[in-house]
Amino acid sequence: MSDLKYTAASPDSDERAAVDNFVNDPPVKHQGERWVISGLSRTRETRHLLLPGLHLLQNVKGWISPGGLNYLAEMLQVPAAEAYGVASFYDLFQLEEPEDGPLYHVCVDPVCAIGGSASYIEELRANGQRVHESPCLGQCERPPASFVQIKGEENQDLTAATNDGPKFDANDANRLLRRFGRHTPTDLASYKEQGGYEALTLAIDLGGTRVIEMLSESGLTGRGGAAFPTGVKWQSVANHQSAPKYVVANADESEPGTFKDRMILENDPFALIEAMTIAGLSTGCEKGWIYIRGEYTTAADRLTSAISEAYSAQLLGTAVAGSAATFDLEIRQGAGAYICGEETSLFNSIEGFRGEPRSKPPYPTDSGLFGQPTIVNNPETFLNVLEILNYGVEQYRSAGTPDSPGTKLFCLSGDIARPGLYEGQFGITLRELLSNAGGVDGDLQTVLLGGAAGTFVSPQLLDLPLTFEDTKAHDLTLGSGAVMVFSTKVKVADVLVRLAQFFRDESCGQCVPCRIGTVRQHEALLQIGVGKPKNDNVLLLEDIATVMTDASICGLGQTAASAVRSAISLGLLDEQRT
Amino acid sequence: MFGAGGGTSSYQEAEETDFVLLWGSNAREAHPIYFHHVLKALKSGAKMHAVDPRRTASAKFADAWLGIDVGTDIALANALAREIIAAGLHDKQFIEHSTSGFNEFAAHVETYTLNYASSITGVPAKAIQDLAHSYANAPTAQILWTLGITEHHNGVDNVLSLCNLALLTGHVGRWGSGLVPLRGQNNVQGGGDMGALPNKLPGFQDLTDNTARQKFSDTYGVELNPHPGLHLTLMFEAMASGSLKGLYVIGENPADSEADVSHTRNLLADLELLVVQDIFLTKTAELADVVLPATVGWAESEGTVTSSERRVQRVRAAVEAPAGTRDDHAIIGAVAQLLGAKWTAETPEALWDELRSLSPMHSGMSYERLEGGSGLQWPCTDLDHPGTPFLHGWLWEDDLGGRERAPFSLTDHEGPKEQLTDEFPIRLTTGRVLDSYNTGVQSRGYNSPIRSGDRLEISHLDATSLNLLQGELVRVSSRRGSVEMEVDIKADQVAGLAFTTFHFPELIDLNLLTNDEWDPKSGTAEFKAAAIRIDKLTSGVGHV
Repeated sequence: MSDLKYTAASPDSDERAAVDNFVNDPPVKHQGERWVISGLSRTRETRHLLLPGLHLLQNVKGWISPGGLNYLAEMLQVPAAEAYGVASFYDLFQLEEPEDGPLYHVCVDPVCAIGGSASYIEELRANGQRVHESPCLGQCERPPASFVQIKGEENQDLTAATNDGPKFDANDANRLLRRFGRHTPTDLASYKEQGGYEALTLAIDLGGTRVIEMLSESGLTGRGGAAFPTGVKWQSVANHQSAPKYVVANADESEPGTFKDRMILENDPFALIEAMTIAGLSTGCEKGWIYIRGEYTTAADRLTSAISEAYSAQLLGTAVAGSAATFDLEIRQGAGAYICGEETSLFNSIEGFRGEPRSKPPYPTDSGLFGQPTIVNNPETFLNVLEILNYGVEQYRSAGTPDSPGTKLFCLSGDIARPGLYEGQFGITLRELLSNAGGVDGDLQTVLLGGAAGTFVSPQLLDLPLTFEDTKAHDLTLGSGAVMVFSTKVKVADVLVRLAQFFRDESCGQCVPCRIGTVRQHEALLQIGVGKPKNDNVLLLEDIATVMTDASICGLGQTAASAVRSAISLGLLDEQRT
Repeated sequence: MFGAGGGTSSYQEAEETDFVLLWGSNAREAHPIYFHHVLKALKSGAKMHAVDPRRTASAKFADAWLGIDVGTDIALANALAREIIAAGLHDKQFIEHSTSGFNEFAAHVETYTLNYASSITGVPAKAIQDLAHSYANAPTAQILWTLGITEHHNGVDNVLSLCNLALLTGHVGRWGSGLVPLRGQNNVQGGGDMGALPNKLPGFQDLTDNTARQKFSDTYGVELNPHPGLHLTLMFEAMASGSLKGLYVIGENPADSEADVSHTRNLLADLELLVVQDIFLTKTAELADVVLPATVGWAESEGTVTSSERRVQRVRAAVEAPAGTRDDHAIIGAVAQLLGAKWTAETPEALWDELRSLSPMHSGMSYERLEGGSGLQWPCTDLDHPGTPFLHGWLWEDDLGGRERAPFSLTDHEGPKEQLTDEFPIRLTTGRVLDSYNTGVQSRGYNSPIRSGDRLEISHLDATSLNLLQGELVRVSSRRGSVEMEVDIKADQVAGLAFTTFHFPELIDLNLLTNDEWDPKSGTAEFKAAAIRIDKLTSGVGHV
């Protein structure tokens, strides 16, 4: 283990002190000169500290030096070469000493491109700032999005500071968003005034079996994109007798055009904590993890403060809310890797490994985080649990359709009058959604539904009811609920090139169809862009799409061609509109 | 009989055991393949404690490392035994049924209290207690050891002390529990099995056993000398006294590997006849009157090898041997013919069948059976016998079958022969690293990115008191000689302990320093414990 070297470099005193302070129970314990306690089980128990440790080093010096990395690896008993492999996996970690000054990450994905990211970057560079052109930062309702890394300080969200505040539709018909804007997000008393923690009390009274039954009766399905029945997921974890089991909230929201989870974490953090606690108590999991993407600094701050308040109020920890159960909650911050939103990549990332997807089966409900049975859900899904408990199954099903009950969050962005987060019943049409948001800014060309991994929708389908069953019938996907609106001013070919570059950058490289396919897809689109014969390249794109969809092990590769494929079939590449 | 010359357990058992006690072994570097089996056990939750003067690469995988002083193993083992007995964790039923001498043993170890052992070994009493309880309470447990146990002037007593622990707790003769000495080569076990010991015939039959000896005499057509010969260390003493005048060395390099090597070289040079049979022109071969070039056993010749788990496996020639070389057995056979012996077996298989007719424990291992599957583990007494995955299962049978019960042995702490003094205040111990092999004959020809030559690893505390820098060249002296070496300062090395390898004898004649005090019971020299002095060279330039 420790004989795998990275370099012989040593840490400086700041790095050493920071790591010493951070790893307070290192896997190697020296009980004097002649007795050392360590071992694989202790090493395994602390490996998950690698990712936060790397964040720490990055913050201390503004980069991760070989000496710092070596020392962290030594303290955690991770081979240094392996720790380097993990550090180099993430975009937010610099492994070479940067120039002085803060590093600005500015989003260049399609919506922010419409929102003026190019001129913002130009302005920053003209002022001598360092700029990294970033993929979507999840602030699409107020472009251009940016955040900044400063040596010796926490990362800072600049978008909120320089642009408008968060935008959401405060509407009396809202369910999931009912507390938004009506309470102080990080104040427990304020959350309770809004009915907070009534669902947990009820869940404790009802018992886990009944709670899971209610979820199954409600027809709730996962809101991360795959729409798996939540009741079935919780039941299979509850069935496992082995401890420990885990609850994970996948808040690594990185799908371009999606910002709903950020909104939830920033504006209703206690709701997520309460729902995860219900999941833990109902299924026998004693530990929960919230994985937030590294760029969501405001969300992470608010959640951290909410968690600590929940602990003080004995709503987390031992004897939760007067019950006999224990439930602990820990936050992990990602570090700029879209793939970590894939649930098994997310597990690897938490565990301190490179965030590469695992093969399924085994499914997380049998072997998830740390190889244990794990519930992993999206924050939006968790919020639905509160609705079902607070208002009953019948009331819940009164919205939506029999096959898609309840409501859905939609992230509207791009060429739209009032971009922001909207809640609608399943079955709402695109036309209604666009109209709720003040209508298209200009003439509608197309809508990209479901984010980069989603599909383009033709204006002819504006009256399609947005349900799982209707979108599926038209080979569309609701995905994460991203609705990116493009007017005729936008050149879709450019959008496609950017999306293709996004997938090229974000492919983890583990399986060949995706590693090579995303590159070839990007190249073919560039070729088309410079006027090379289109038919040949379209044929190539179709081949690549088939191979990636059929032969990649995770959702990234399987959907990396879906937007391109739909754009071709809609003829969006046929003529250059102006 | 308890005490036959072989590891009791199968490799598979190392993967399935609950507890590994790694004692005097850096298996991670010196037995990397075997260590993979151990790693599998650790990955599935087995616990490991490592006893070693250094926190080796292997010890870093352990749940606990006990950094004992060199040569204090018996004190530790006896204290473990006393603690196990005092806490009532010994297997009383097993002891009663299958062992002898327990009461004397219990009385004997009574003086080895935790505190007494702690004062001798340097290990905290709590660590000893923790190990005793972990080992005794484990459902199954293995003790693995290598040269850290045997390369002492009292190496046999060290081994017996470990055997006592297994007898005390019933951790032997069962799947997953056992006593496992790791062997240094793919076929060390095979060498012993074939009678390459001064007092043994093939199959561990006693030379002094008239019936056994007669079988061989009849087959070979000559009377065999009934008096045991000399083991290696005694041979060198006989050379020194002039009674041994000729030496036939096969596949050994004593001119580099023996302790106190300058003495050894003088003895070899003074022989009337030195014959060396090897695949390389070793330093010993350079001194020889006759050199017999042999083929490479694992690549150029047909036959069998026997691994540490007593598994006999077929090996096949993969490449053609260079012109002018012959298989070892062909050379020995030709020499025997010239000396008038009736050795008729010409092929490896015929030779093997001859062994099967003479060694009962190999009888059932026909080439036909060895060709299929993955070999057979001795004893395998007839063609229907499935082989023996672990030894001493009989200890657990209701009827011991007339065998003698396994005896406890009384051993006492002595410590290394060579005491530390003001003149030689630092303890030197030796060992191996992953990418080099013994005296380097077989490994020096290859490059390795992690190889740094033989360096003297010392504690940062000693480096400070001696005012030494990393990489500084120093003079290292023992009572027998002195060499110049670079120091490698280790943060976690125990103060007062120095460690080095002996892989590069051309560069540094390390065995000039080591002690050739040897164990009268095994003939093995005390490579693991010398007393040295480190002197700063005034002209030495430190470089990092």
